[in-house]
Amino acid sequence: MTKGQRTSFSYRLPLLHGIMLHMKLKDIIEGVDGQLVWGESHLEDEIKRGFASDLMSDVLTILEDDILLITGLSNNQAIRTAEMSDISNILLVRNKKPSQSMIDMAKELNIALASTPYSLFKASGLLFAKGLKPVY
Amino acid sequence: MAGAASSEIKRILKQLNIPPLKIKQIIVAVFEAEVNVIAHSYGGKIVCDFEENEITVQVIDTGPGIDNLELAMTEGWSTATDEVREMGYGAGMGLPNIRKSCDNLDIYTKAGDHTHISMRFTLGEK
Repeated sequence: MTKGQRTSFSYRLPLLHGIMLHMKLKDIIEGVDGQLVWGESHLEDEIKRGFASDLMSDVLTILEDDILLITGLSNNQAIRTAEMSDISNILLVRNKKPSQSMIDMAKELNIALASTPYSLFKASGLLFAKGLKPVY
Repeated sequence: MAGAASSEIKRILKQLNIPPLKIKQIIVAVFEAEVNVIAHSYGGKIVCDFEENEITVQVIDTGPGIDNLELAMTEGWSTATDEVREMGYGAGMGLPNIRKSCDNLDIYTKAGDHTHISMRFTLGEK
């Protein structure tokens, strides 16, 4: 190409197709205008997929790793279920404030707790739109 | 609080170097069974047998037994109280999840008596 000439071409980046995008916990929190309740050391955690449910039996059926649990269930059982399912990151929706015993339990089990003012639907929708993959 | 026993069992499984996916599979079943004991029975115990090629977990409660086992095994069918539902359980997935997770499941139950479930998990390839 000689100087002064321009050829326009477009190159479509294949990044969004076929390649798994992992989001970091800090990006997730930012994406839902949320805040971290506990777990600063988890902010750089790479989250592969999201799962939203208030039913802990549904959560238990998931055998995959590096999941973000998005839930409106703000009690110790949410933490306990996360422990059983090897989930290290929980996002509480609907502006639920975790109790002190829930925070203590999260600390003990090294599970990050974040919260967002948005509903389960909106929080999940925002994260899905940003590329967080579903479990199925 | 539901999960204390399962948490302890999970710790032991980790110490035994069981593969993580297998641990998850075992713990899902054991935890659901523990929740069942807390939600539906007068109390009970969990007995684990660790062998080289398999793990057997027996969950034995003190009653009152299940009225209709076929219904109890149906996904979505539940007799859980509101209190249990508020805890995030009682969706009628307990026994179905247990059945899916273990390699062999035996249930003895009788209304007015008690429930004894025996879950066998084979180690290595399923």
